Amino acid sequence: MNVFRETQRTRRCIAPLVGLLASVAMTPVSAAEHDVLSIGITQFPATLNPSIDVMAAKSYVLGAALRPFTVYDAEWKLACLLCTELPSIGNGLAVTVDLPEGKKGIDLTYTIRPDARWADGVPVTTADVRFTYEVGRNPQSGVSNAELYRRITGIDVKDDRTFTLHVDKLTFDYAAIHDFMLLPAHIERDAFAEPAQYRLRTHYNTDPTNPGLYNGPYRVTEFVAGSHILLEPNPHWAGPPGRFRRITVRTIENTAALEANLLSGTIDMIAGELGLPLDEGLAFAKRNGEAFQIIYKPGLVYEHVDVNLAQPALADRRVREALILGLDREAISQSLFAGRQPVADSFVNPLDLGYTGEVPRYRHDPARAEALLEASGWRKGADGLRRDAQGQKLSFELMTTAGNRSRELVEQVLQSQWRGIGVDVRIKNEPARVLFGDTLPHRRFELAMYAWISSPENVPRSILHSSEIPSAANGFVGQNATGFTSTEMDRLIDALEIELDPNARKTLWAEAQRLYAVELPSLPLYFRSDVFILPKWLTGVRPTGNQSPTTLWITDWSAQP
Amino acid sequence: MIRFAAIRLVEIMAMLVLMSFVIYALIGLMPGDPIDLMRSADPRMSTADAARLKALYGLDQPLLLRYMAWARQALAGDLGYSRLFAAPVWQALLPRLGNSLLLMGPSFVLAFAVALGLGTAAARRPHSRLDAAINLFCFAGVSLPTFWLALVLILVFAAGFGWLPASGIATAGSSDIADRLRHLVLPATTLILVSAASYTRYVRAAMREALAQDHIRTARAKGASEARVIMHHALRAALVPVTTILALSFGGLVSGALVTETMFAYPGMGKLIFDAVMGNDYNLALAALLLATAVTMVANLAADLAYAWLDPRVSYR
Repeated sequence: MNVFRETQRTRRCIAPLVGLLASVAMTPVSAAEHDVLSIGITQFPATLNPSIDVMAAKSYVLGAALRPFTVYDAEWKLACLLCTELPSIGNGLAVTVDLPEGKKGIDLTYTIRPDARWADGVPVTTADVRFTYEVGRNPQSGVSNAELYRRITGIDVKDDRTFTLHVDKLTFDYAAIHDFMLLPAHIERDAFAEPAQYRLRTHYNTDPTNPGLYNGPYRVTEFVAGSHILLEPNPHWAGPPGRFRRITVRTIENTAALEANLLSGTIDMIAGELGLPLDEGLAFAKRNGEAFQIIYKPGLVYEHVDVNLAQPALADRRVREALILGLDREAISQSLFAGRQPVADSFVNPLDLGYTGEVPRYRHDPARAEALLEASGWRKGADGLRRDAQGQKLSFELMTTAGNRSRELVEQVLQSQWRGIGVDVRIKNEPARVLFGDTLPHRRFELAMYAWISSPENVPRSILHSSEIPSAANGFVGQNATGFTSTEMDRLIDALEIELDPNARKTLWAEAQRLYAVELPSLPLYFRSDVFILPKWLTGVRPTGNQSPTTLWITDWSAQP
Repeated sequence: MIRFAAIRLVEIMAMLVLMSFVIYALIGLMPGDPIDLMRSADPRMSTADAARLKALYGLDQPLLLRYMAWARQALAGDLGYSRLFAAPVWQALLPRLGNSLLLMGPSFVLAFAVALGLGTAAARRPHSRLDAAINLFCFAGVSLPTFWLALVLILVFAAGFGWLPASGIATAGSSDIADRLRHLVLPATTLILVSAASYTRYVRAAMREALAQDHIRTARAKGASEARVIMHHALRAALVPVTTILALSFGGLVSGALVTETMFAYPGMGKLIFDAVMGNDYNLALAALLLATAVTMVANLAADLAYAWLDPRVSYR
């Protein structure tokens, strides 16, 4: 591990050499020659089975090879990919139903695109839908996110293409069935003969180049574990054709080596979803930006500082407000990230449908921060630090993931700015797995800087609902590590999940954001940006900023002269 | 000697059993588990799903029970399934082992050959310009961080001149042997430069000591040629301490070279072990680490046995 940290420290020394050689390395090649594309990413998928395990690398590869029914597009709107039309109450394809005990459910009718085929020529049918449901419902099958399958109480098949899902809970995002990723029954049925063995025997593991496993514009034709995956056009794809004869997705985990591979021409582009962190991307752009097109896309990764509300000083809202007023987040974003990471006012991204700008905004105001601390009994001493009436210093431990250079830099700025208002901050970082696996679930922290990953209109139940506070009683599960308890927030979250009227939902979202910004259970920092480094000849790549990878629209990608 | 070898083999077996438990316990003591990691990547994954998967993977059981279950399976010849590679352990391990042997084997042999030549040359003319130059090479090789050397080689020979591929084991879709060899050049060169620098210092020291021995002076006095003195008399004596170093390095053939593999995106054993440990893939980590341990211990036993051949004064009791 130290070696990798050392790699980062030494990168500045290597930068001039990289710059010097870049000019030698980058020889323009005409667009006409680009019928192959090589993409560099930093992770290799453990499995390509769409239902087992959760990995960004898998989503990236499958974006080109397997169509989901629904996705959030680049405008963060729900779209159909494998279906012909999104069900809605308006078009009659979604019908609410009354269930016992006063509950509401919903019946959703989808039709599979008539031209959809697996890459071995077999049509995609409702037999695949039934099989996928069977796998998803079986607790032994190893499906990672089975929540949707648990909610679906049954499936009615109308014909080979049309089916109705009976869902036992009516939620505002009822039409979104991203997790219902079809499995090919004609290939996978035998692997599911013993459900408990399915995750071991699935053909996505044992025979990943079987064409019958893919129904997207490309299919996997070579799979070398830990090295690369080769994609070639699906001959039975009926949609707009992919423009590349071959696409190689190559895994290079070290980001310095990833850059060197880009400069050497071994890869053509670095994917933003799994590529360089922003600070490295900015440094790369300074050295070699003219030779590439570089896209910065802010997204749903929300960087913030969690505040442990069990800590007596931090339980005082005035202290929390003083802490955020003592920070110049705009200056941090400008100086460390060239302004590419927009400052956050709450946990909701401005691109999100639920976003409201009408929340308290905490601009840098050290004078007000100091006044708040004075008012809450923390007086400044001769050493510039604040103490209470008992002489106890206003001092906190700030944690983040060790080895994450961006966060470590930000952490030092926070420490310095807070010291300016008389707050002593000691830095104590931990490896990610210790921080997330032990420290946060056991709430053994005072201030912890990390990120929440979400999806568009993602109701913040797991992070802000009082039932999600990790404790011994619930086996330390739940992600409300701050211990935030608010009956009002609980009510808003419960209501948000089931409110179907978009206007009413927007009001609820606005209330939730205002409450969050007033109560400050965590201190918002900024929304992280992804850096896409593309060759100048490549067009059509549209980063979404949400969890949908750019490869879902890979048929839009093409080489231009 | 047979009795000595038999006792050592029994010791090795006992050590492997002990190591298996130590490795299992150390991985188990790390905070978090694979499902926690999975959950941090998917905000929509529910608590119920996390609990179900932990039970399915057996992660809800106490560590000792899990180890006992693994040990029973392993004794029956089943090393289990790698969660990270979604394949049986041997299926995940063997291609990586092959890749590592292909990279590390020739690198090891070439590094030792270079070290033998340079070390002997330096020892024959101590404090000469040649000795100073070789010393400089050694210090540079030992001092330069491997990742830096790797990066410089990539930037010069792949990015700069475009002569060699920067990473991977082969061009996607190619089964050409020449292509495979081209992909080996830069990682192998990195390993050779670093290892040869280190070995050269040992060879030089051992050879200097050997050349100062009485029997070397006697050989020269009897009129033996310099080549015979070096090859027949000095080298054999010098190889005794060097053999220990080589034996200890032998485990590296199967444990891989993490930094070099990472920099060149070369899927070998070093990266496999690192990923398996960090990803709590117990089955894979255990198999790989025990294999590396076993090879190192057997190499040490071989070195012990070789001492008697290299130095007739050594006997086994």
